[in-house]
Amino acid sequence: MVRRIYVLLLCWLAIGASFAGRAAADSLEDSARALAIPETQRETLAHIRDLGDPAWKDALQALKEGALYSWKGQLLILDESGTFKDLGGNPLLDASGQPLMPEADLEQVPLEEANISLVQRALDVIALFDPNPKTRQAAIMKLANLADASVMGLLVRALERERNPVVQPMLVEAVARLRLSDPDPLLRAQAVKFFSETRSEAALVPLKALLEREEEAALKRAITQVIGEIERYLLFRNAVGYVFNGLSLASILLIMSLGLAITFGLMGIINMAHGEMLMLGSYTAYVIQEFFSSHLPAQQDYFFFVALPLSLLVVGGVGLVLERGLLRFLYARPLESLLVTWGIGMLLQQGVRLYFGDQTSVNAPTWFRGGWEIMAGLIFPYSRLFIIALSLLCLGVVYLLLYRSDTGLKIRAVMQNRDIAGCMGVSTPRIDAFTFALGTALAGLAGCALSLVGTVDPEVGKTYIVDSFMVVVLGGVGKVLGTILASLGIGVANKLLEPSISGTAAAVYAKVGILLLVIFFLQLRPTGLFPARERSTEAVGR
Amino acid sequence: MSAARSWKRRLLAEIMLGALLIIGLPLLNALGILSDYYLNLFGKYLSLAILALGMDLIWGYTGILSLGQAIFFGLGAYSVGMHLMLESSGKGVYGEPIPDFMIWNRVFELPLFWKPYQHLFFAFLSSLLLPALVAAVIGFLTFRRRVGGTYFAILTQAIAYAVWLMFNRNELKLGGTNGLTDFKSIMGFSLSDPGTLRGLYLVTALCLVGSFLCCRWLVRSKMGLVLTAIRDQEQRLRFLGYPVATYKIFSFAVAGALAGLAGALYAPQVGIITPSQIGVLPSLEIVVWVATGGRGTLVGAIVGAVGINAARSVLTARYPEWWPIILGGLFVGVVIVFPEGVIGLPQQLGRWGRWMRVWLFERRGAGPGSVGGSQRGIETSKRPMLSEED
Repeated sequence: MVRRIYVLLLCWLAIGASFAGRAAADSLEDSARALAIPETQRETLAHIRDLGDPAWKDALQALKEGALYSWKGQLLILDESGTFKDLGGNPLLDASGQPLMPEADLEQVPLEEANISLVQRALDVIALFDPNPKTRQAAIMKLANLADASVMGLLVRALERERNPVVQPMLVEAVARLRLSDPDPLLRAQAVKFFSETRSEAALVPLKALLEREEEAALKRAITQVIGEIERYLLFRNAVGYVFNGLSLASILLIMSLGLAITFGLMGIINMAHGEMLMLGSYTAYVIQEFFSSHLPAQQDYFFFVALPLSLLVVGGVGLVLERGLLRFLYARPLESLLVTWGIGMLLQQGVRLYFGDQTSVNAPTWFRGGWEIMAGLIFPYSRLFIIALSLLCLGVVYLLLYRSDTGLKIRAVMQNRDIAGCMGVSTPRIDAFTFALGTALAGLAGCALSLVGTVDPEVGKTYIVDSFMVVVLGGVGKVLGTILASLGIGVANKLLEPSISGTAAAVYAKVGILLLVIFFLQLRPTGLFPARERSTEAVGR
Repeated sequence: MSAARSWKRRLLAEIMLGALLIIGLPLLNALGILSDYYLNLFGKYLSLAILALGMDLIWGYTGILSLGQAIFFGLGAYSVGMHLMLESSGKGVYGEPIPDFMIWNRVFELPLFWKPYQHLFFAFLSSLLLPALVAAVIGFLTFRRRVGGTYFAILTQAIAYAVWLMFNRNELKLGGTNGLTDFKSIMGFSLSDPGTLRGLYLVTALCLVGSFLCCRWLVRSKMGLVLTAIRDQEQRLRFLGYPVATYKIFSFAVAGALAGLAGALYAPQVGIITPSQIGVLPSLEIVVWVATGGRGTLVGAIVGAVGINAARSVLTARYPEWWPIILGGLFVGVVIVFPEGVIGLPQQLGRWGRWMRVWLFERRGAGPGSVGGSQRGIETSKRPMLSEED
């Protein structure tokens, strides 16, 4: 909030400054006349550009669009509503105060072909002094990329005036980039030194270009060194980015596979509809959002706090119904349960498609937009950070539940030996139902979290389901630690493989590569990372 | 009914089914009752029935659930498809000696691995042996390490997914998402000529009958007994000293070859093969054909494949959005309610009828004053009520 007030204050300052610029009205009139004459147009435009005066914005815009007219030695702007205004923005009125429509002597000011780019440049320069910091940023970016030395002075002037903490460093960098091609070697050296400190990615291209034409040996060495520094920094930054992306994928895989792995360990069945449970979680978030936007638009942002627990409950409930209604008849036949769950997945997928249509999306609450700039040019979106935190929370809860609670003790007992556990008085059907519902509820939670970062469509589960199966295969049966390591491994390896393959097919070949790795791994350890220590010969492939 | 008579009856039924496919349908076609369109459609179903036979061999008899069977089908179909592309190249839009899609992808010279496919014999051999080889490699990597059951199922599914992703890429030089299509002729016979399609139908029907006989011979041989034993008690068989992995690899490879054959017959008849036929869903559909027909019966696989595909042709034309629902419902319904499929339906209905009789009988028996010896006859009933009353 304090920051907003600060920005607002700066805006007012900027506007005040632009009013001050209007004082020089007489020179405006002179320039306007010169602008209308083709011979002096170019010169005048260059002059206007060097002024960087916001008062010229409307006139230049009109000139660009062919809406600038000269009438009795005066310039008029034809605005969108069809009325004429003078350069000060006041509508043209006749004696009685009615809008005047001049007919005679009205002449369109021609814009010479060669001057079009100059008009654009002048507009960009004026945007440098715009009250809106976003417009200023865009203008700075544009001017810095154009590498036009003629706007140098204006950039410096803008820099003197700039107080916005976001825009100011951009301006500094833009000035430094332009200085790279300054004729003065001292200034060039200064700019190179500047980039050795900021290690900005944008400087890489101009620095390389400079290296080609630079003649001074000392400066050349410095440039080579800076380029090396920047490239090393970029490599490091990208690596951090890839690992973060991998962690983000791994956290989603983790929430999904925890449920899968526990149910697999407990009942020996793989829930092929697990991806659809994720999808149902996403759609729960969507429905809640729709409800909020139609009934409680003022609290729109808070829908997520309702959606999160509700997706857990709804999808957990669906899981419970599934287990009690269908799957409990199939525990002795794991392969058949695979088919049944796949069929259920198809039914759910198509049912959702028929009801909701093909693709929708959830608008993340406003406080999840944006991100945390951890290093220059690398932003961790808040939504992804939230998903990582959520998965850690889920992990903690599942761990406490499994290893520090009565129910967990019973679950582990049934997992180790169903018959004996039953004999000791554990109600195995109840444990089965609870565990299955827990697993699906986790998938629902993952779906709700995922709706923050992706679209919501009936096939969203398919994207993650194969990967999470691989996590279960790799992590072993019903092992929390194995599941963590496997989802980390698969998530991070996926995102690290993608850039190393490069090209549009990267994601595809990364998936193929992961699969090959998993198959290779199974050669070494066919029962996963942490095989269950039991005396049965049928640890795998029940 | 004695076992011998039942066997004779089944043989008769099988012979009649075979005769209907090989002689009956072409005869109907010749008489003008069955149009060329439907004969061609039937040819497609029969080629898919061969695919289902292979699935039944591994799932119904050996107990291996492969969720990647469509890969092998795709390998067979692409092998023959590549030959057909080469045979019709030069007659395409660009008149170049290489397939048109390569020109769109800026490939101007025939890739090396395409070259041997100029010979039909090689293409056909590749459609049989390549899938078998791939299946054997997958089997070698998994079965030998005793990866089986659910692990094997989801691994093959992941492989199917990966292969599908790869076949969608243009870099593989196999037509990308558009697949291979626009075949002109096979062995010089035009594919738009109904005569060629009739010939292809006949070849397909013969191949199906041949595959069926081979499979039946296999499952009735001593080897078939071993395969069934692997399904029922893999551990015990291993302890008895049988090389279980080798048997599994062999049957998986045979199923792969059958799937390849099915693909090889499918591609020229349908005229197109795209990656959409080799993904995860097509692989699972094959399982549903077999489950619906009745697993472990061979005939059931054929019935299921033809029946479901015919139903699909009818239903997707009318209610395209409901087909996934029907298919999903089949997955659930067949496994839970009719585990023996269509072939086992009579026995199952008979059993239900017996249960129903028992239920009704007991109800009547539970009425006032009729607790008598007449209830003693019911021993098939699993209801514990009687013993409790005793």
